[in-house]
Amino acid sequence: MLGKLTWDAIPFDQPIPLITGALVLVIMLAIVVWIVLAGHLPYLWREWITSVDHKRIGVMYTLLAMVMLLRGFSDAIMMRGQQALAFHSEGFLPPEHYNQIFSAHGTIMIFFVAMPFVIGLMNLVVPLQLGVRDVAFPTLNSVGFWLTATGALLVNVSLVVGEFARTGWLPYPPLSELTYSPGVGVDYYLWSLQISGVGTLVAGINLVTTVLKLRTRGMSYLRMPMFCWTALASNLLIVAAFPILTATLAMLILDRYFGFHFFTNEAGGNVMMFMNLIWAWGHPEVYILVLPAFGIYSEVVATFSGKPLFGYRSMVLATMAICVISFMVWLHHFFTMGAGADVNAIFGIASMIIAVPTGVKIYNWLFTMYGGRIRFDTPMLWSIGFMVTFILGGLTGVLVAVPPADFLLHNSLFLVAHFHNVIIGGVLFGAFAGYAYWFPKAFGFRLHEGLGKAAFWFWLIGFYIAFMPMYWLGFLGMTRRMQHYDVAEWRPWLMVAAAGVAVIMIGILFQIAQLVVSIRDRAELRDTTGDPWDGRSLEWATASPPPVFNFAVMPDVEGPDAYWEWKRHARRGDAAGKEPAYRDIEMPRNSPTGFVCAFFATVMGFALIWHIWWMVLLGGIGAFATFVVFAWRDHDEYVISAAEVARIDRAYREERAAGMGSAS
Amino acid sequence: MTDVMADERLHLSTVHEGPASKRIVTGYGFWIFLLSDFVMFSGFFAAYAVLLGQTAGGPKGAEIFDLRNVAVETGCLLMSSFTCGLASIAAGARNRLWFQIAMAVTCVLGLAFLSIEFNEFASLVARGAGPSRSAFLSAFFSLVGCHGLHVSAGILWLLTMMAQVFAKGFRADIQRRFLCFALFWHALDIIWVAVFSVVYLLGSAP
Repeated sequence: MLGKLTWDAIPFDQPIPLITGALVLVIMLAIVVWIVLAGHLPYLWREWITSVDHKRIGVMYTLLAMVMLLRGFSDAIMMRGQQALAFHSEGFLPPEHYNQIFSAHGTIMIFFVAMPFVIGLMNLVVPLQLGVRDVAFPTLNSVGFWLTATGALLVNVSLVVGEFARTGWLPYPPLSELTYSPGVGVDYYLWSLQISGVGTLVAGINLVTTVLKLRTRGMSYLRMPMFCWTALASNLLIVAAFPILTATLAMLILDRYFGFHFFTNEAGGNVMMFMNLIWAWGHPEVYILVLPAFGIYSEVVATFSGKPLFGYRSMVLATMAICVISFMVWLHHFFTMGAGADVNAIFGIASMIIAVPTGVKIYNWLFTMYGGRIRFDTPMLWSIGFMVTFILGGLTGVLVAVPPADFLLHNSLFLVAHFHNVIIGGVLFGAFAGYAYWFPKAFGFRLHEGLGKAAFWFWLIGFYIAFMPMYWLGFLGMTRRMQHYDVAEWRPWLMVAAAGVAVIMIGILFQIAQLVVSIRDRAELRDTTGDPWDGRSLEWATASPPPVFNFAVMPDVEGPDAYWEWKRHARRGDAAGKEPAYRDIEMPRNSPTGFVCAFFATVMGFALIWHIWWMVLLGGIGAFATFVVFAWRDHDEYVISAAEVARIDRAYREERAAGMGSAS
Repeated sequence: MTDVMADERLHLSTVHEGPASKRIVTGYGFWIFLLSDFVMFSGFFAAYAVLLGQTAGGPKGAEIFDLRNVAVETGCLLMSSFTCGLASIAAGARNRLWFQIAMAVTCVLGLAFLSIEFNEFASLVARGAGPSRSAFLSAFFSLVGCHGLHVSAGILWLLTMMAQVFAKGFRADIQRRFLCFALFWHALDIIWVAVFSVVYLLGSAP
């Protein structure tokens, strides 16, 4: 009846996941009860869960990322704690639990923190910067978000029902094959990623189409803000790379479920084919994450230096060069496979070449700052912290791109330090910069500056304390993923690294405090102008938060840095405050399709993991029925009348005029 | 929505005309999806190419492929693409009867294709040459089966389209949806041409 699912699936003998799971469950139940009792459910359903507004969906993506960051970070605390203690001893985590933790940490941080964070920011900002009212396919956008949430949910369910993979964040066979991983851990991994992968693909298609086909009048390619360019490159990579992941995981699923022999040791299976396929997705994935972050830095550095971005065209070229070359370096993840000197040399050189366009970008940011009047607000601090940190991570990356060096450093803590150096220093700092930068746009009030700066400094210093020792540990020969060890020389450095995690934790606590305090003081932190940072691109040309239709009248773009130019003209007195001719606006209607679809996907995913075949069928039929119902509806748009548009826009104009008057 | 946008354009500009029409946006987005689908297939093609020789003592391609059968199969699918094209013309002319007839024929041809494929798979499994026999057979069944799954999903979509046109006629959004369906159906033909050449023709070389 319930397939492999029995009471044994609940880890009654393991207090850590059980207590954590119970606590999370209680908190979630309490929140749900509070929402229902306080009468917020209709609001939540109407305005958020069924919303197809790109801004709301962007906010929900980002929120998912931040919640999952807490989960992934708890794993990090446990790992650092374990390694600090497990010298000549077993530590506090048994091996099978420890292995699940490092696997879950990587999976969560990449797929459910970094990905939703950058996709959320792109969703929120790209349509605003392009001067349009929504993405190309608003309902699909909602489907994409909810499928991502399904994946995250399934990973968390594995904490209390069954187990998670013990294979690392990429389930290398033959360890991940049924023979060596007979439990449901790998299946949780596979189905979470397949489902959320569909969501990511949908988001990618949506944003590519939006950038290429929906730009407002006059917004030619070379007038697009840099963030739109990097978003385009990143989403092109999603479209080209994520299907490879889908195919690869499908093969592993076939191996595990139906006894196929893609990656098995017997009957001609080829283990190294998995490594090649997974990294043909995995390396572009790195750039999927970091390119939007590069875009954020470009926006932030130009805005807070009060100058146009230096070398805009070279930045575009560098972005697209990275987009292409990122597909030609995957083999550097397994130089030790033994593909031979020629193959390794080619991929080593390609890996070093990809550092060149990245270097171009760094110089462009530095030259943008040069001679500028720099304001050191939180987003700018994250950007400067990024530049210093990322250069270090990039240099160690070039080091491991040299095959002979890689033979020594492969799978050591040097590598772990390197990729945390670029992912935290590059992607996460970028996401935090974007979070601080666009928060006022999304919610209409700023984040508390002082607490934000404190969070930045603790994160930055904590990062260096936690990860610099790992470079050294790599040189001392410590391999990654060790549950315990007997080498006395490693101990002090692991203690330092654990202390670093504690410092980062203080940074995270400051971030939580910042959010709470900012919401409490939102009246004082209110942004009435829609342009709190003296910005340059179109997202600042509308109210904060923007009305559902974004722009009362679709903007007409006449050059790069569109909003900056408007402001210059306005200061000279022409075109200031002229009221446009308002028209009716058609907007897409809200739809529960995404949420319902994700519900069935969750049922189906859970049933597939536990081999409950009737439930799989039920979920599949439900998902198809949802699509038919969606396809059957007669009215997918509603009209906002010109009078209503005028009322909303006039209110914003008055508030902005008052805000600017009091500022000057 | 697009017409309203067009009215709102305040100034003339020759640089960029503004948002494309809904039909173009939908078709374009669906093309991007199709490209991603091609990439996914390329993963399976790559696996087939790598595992082609890994028969583990089991049958080789030349021993199990019945090219005459595959030719009939191919004929069905190519014909169905033609009739799908006829349905497109009927949809353009807003002729319900011919649309339904052309779609029904497309459906029958698609089902014929699937049943031939199913028979091929069933007879292979019966002869002990199922997907778990060898890595080569795993790759063969997955690649061809993945295409078959796409055709099955396409038939489900086709029936939904017929029902929609029957119930609601050729509304603009239904026309756009049909455009996507037609693109999908033709794309499956493109994939099949590659399957036919790579899997059956190259694979049956001794």
